Amino acid sequence: MSKFRTCPTTGFKIHAPAETLIQINAVTAIVFLLVGGILGLLMVLTRWQAVHILDAEWFYRLLTLHGIAMLVAWIIFFEMAILYFASAVVLSSRLAAPWAGWLQYLLMLVGAAIVAVQVLLGNADVMFTSYVPLKASHWYYLGIILFAVGAIVGCVVFFATLVVAKHEKTYQGSIPLVTFGAMAAAIIAIGTLAHGAITFIPTWLWAAGLIPMMDPEVYRLLFWGFGHSSQQINVCAMVAVWYTLGTLTVGSKPVNEKVSRVAFGFYILFINIASEHHLLVDPGLSAAHKSWNTGYFMHLAVLASMIHAYSVPAAVEVALRKKGYTKGTFEWLKKAPWGNPGFSSLALSLVGFGFLGGITGVVYGTEQLNIIAHNTLRIPGHFHATVVAGTTLAFMGITYYVLPLIFRREVAFPGIAKLQPYFFGIGMMVFSTAMMFAGGFGVSRRQWDMTGVEAPFQVNFDAIVDLTMAVVGISGVVAVLGGVMYVLVAVGTLLIGKKINA
Amino acid sequence: MSVTPPDKHWWDTPIHTKEKIWLMTAFVWSIVLTVAMPALHIVGEQNTSSQYSRISNQDFDTLTDRFIEANKIGEEKGVPIVEPKPGSDVYIRGKQFGWDPILKLKAGQSYKLHLSSVDVNHGFSVFPINMNFQAVPSWDNLLTVTPTKAGMYTIICNEFCGIGHHAMIGKIYVE
Ligand code: HEM
Ligand SMILES: [Cu+2]
Ligand SMILES: [Cu+2]
Repeated sequence: MSKFRTCPTTGFKIHAPAETLIQINAVTAIVFLLVGGILGLLMVLTRWQAVHILDAEWFYRLLTLHGIAMLVAWIIFFEMAILYFASAVVLSSRLAAPWAGWLQYLLMLVGAAIVAVQVLLGNADVMFTSYVPLKASHWYYLGIILFAVGAIVGCVVFFATLVVAKHEKTYQGSIPLVTFGAMAAAIIAIGTLAHGAITFIPTWLWAAGLIPMMDPEVYRLLFWGFGHSSQQINVCAMVAVWYTLGTLTVGSKPVNEKVSRVAFGFYILFINIASEHHLLVDPGLSAAHKSWNTGYFMHLAVLASMIHAYSVPAAVEVALRKKGYTKGTFEWLKKAPWGNPGFSSLALSLVGFGFLGGITGVVYGTEQLNIIAHNTLRIPGHFHATVVAGTTLAFMGITYYVLPLIFRREVAFPGIAKLQPYFFGIGMMVFSTAMMFAGGFGVSRRQWDMTGVEAPFQVNFDAIVDLTMAVVGISGVVAVLGGVMYVLVAVGTLLIGKKINA
Repeated sequence: MSVTPPDKHWWDTPIHTKEKIWLMTAFVWSIVLTVAMPALHIVGEQNTSSQYSRISNQDFDTLTDRFIEANKIGEEKGVPIVEPKPGSDVYIRGKQFGWDPILKLKAGQSYKLHLSSVDVNHGFSVFPINMNFQAVPSWDNLLTVTPTKAGMYTIICNEFCGIGHHAMIGKIYVE
């Protein structure tokens, strides 16, 4: 029989193998965040033309790696930890098939390692999108495939654990909202990874010289069927974390379970179909097709986000008013626990994702407006608001609870922890905004030099663009500092944090 | 609590009026956005249309060469300059790492611009008006363009296309 312990704070019964897998996935995620953060620093100090520290070859090479270390490795390893937490821990159940959990971990680790080595060897200067006919060595695609298979295994363990918990009656009634949100993420993940398979398996075989190349536009369509929908996994996971943080920080309770759950359902049903907003200025798809795909269905997914955007802060407000902060309209907001990094992460993540990331996403995803946004810095500006200021910051916030609850150590350096979300969140929001601003002047993304020093013709940007890129540089450095503070607190806690006995 | 099972009657819990108002507002807004996009496509004037076709890289290469031969009026930094007749078919070819030819167009006249690449994906970004289109190999992305303002425009490649990507800059003159 496997061992359980009971958490003294939450009362959850925690299965030892689940706890170990959460720990190992979370630690690995943080290692990738550290690597990706160092690369992010190099990226931003190169794009800031006045500093420009890397040469062209290494800029592109390490940009490929930054995208993968962050968007793929950090986010998905952390999500695996969330899936195990939301199933085994929240339901006080045993984790189904811990060996499969280890298989998930090993496949993902080996896959990520292969990819990283291939990129560093210069065998995969293709960016994480690897649009054909750009070609990487076949090992690169194999690494991606192994990683994806690992993630599928993790989702299967999650579903199996839900079944086990139901069968063994570890809880009464319906599953909690957080588990429901994680389930939505896992369902989307399965569909998404199927797209990933039909994109990457033929591409792998092509790179190995076994089959002819896929049509470049078909590749782009399939790739974004995978690449865009997988962002919805991140959104679901992030929203689930928002609800969790609301409960852990101020004891909030979802204002209406039905509404929140239906909204998660909308994500599952509608987001996949909006993937064509990456292809709005491409040939190969009719205007009617693009408009249908990115209009009707996407806006129902946007509706889901608008629902959560109401219900998460509303729940926090209700909880704080119950604590007696009822004066005026905003006393609850003033008296909120702003010094608690879990809470400030939640608040900044909501603002960064909702206002900056979400709104610009809808704007740039509009057929007409996409023409003036496609592949400019507006795009990385947008997604550093969603997946960094939003998702990454939310994951950082929950870490401050995972450390005591799962690693059973008191958070080290509380003074640094208190300030960390502000450095990271505000730095990232300024960084994103400045990139979007520069993109508005036509500064392109993924570009080592924007002036044309090596080109036959030069480009003369407005002087304000230089200033904007300096803001990008400085705010990027501030955000990296926030990232370093996070890693410092997390690693410090693991090494010297006071043990909590239980 | 969001980490504990919900109340038994969670499905029947009525929705608070304020939340109902928000839901309705959000829903109406979604409908507005959904209608606005196709509506603007029809009344707006700057949309990409559905005029694309498949073409082999080789055919596109040949067509561009012929187009250059027929309309060439000079050269700049080794890149041919062409002055096509208003209303005619014009070609722009993306190739690691350059755009050719350089176009000389007349303001107020329309042209049928065929955009493609003969190797990997490239991005066609017209500076300073910041209009962006994708050049995809084996696809002819046909755009009907009517330059409105005289001047010099540069074409920045904004899709990563290899280590020389940032050197891929072309030109269009409008007079
Ligand atoms: C901590 C500070 C970070 C900084 C300073 C930073 C900076 C940058 C910069 C300068 C670029 C290049 C933009 C371009 O030239 O196109 C970039 C690209 C990117 N970043 Fe970050 N980043 C950070 C964190 C993150 C995180 C946490 C994620 C994901 C969760 C992320 C995901 C990406 C992706 C996907 C790209 C696009 C790569 C591509 O175009 O192929 N970044 N980042
Ligand atoms: Cu190019
Ligand atoms: Cu390029």
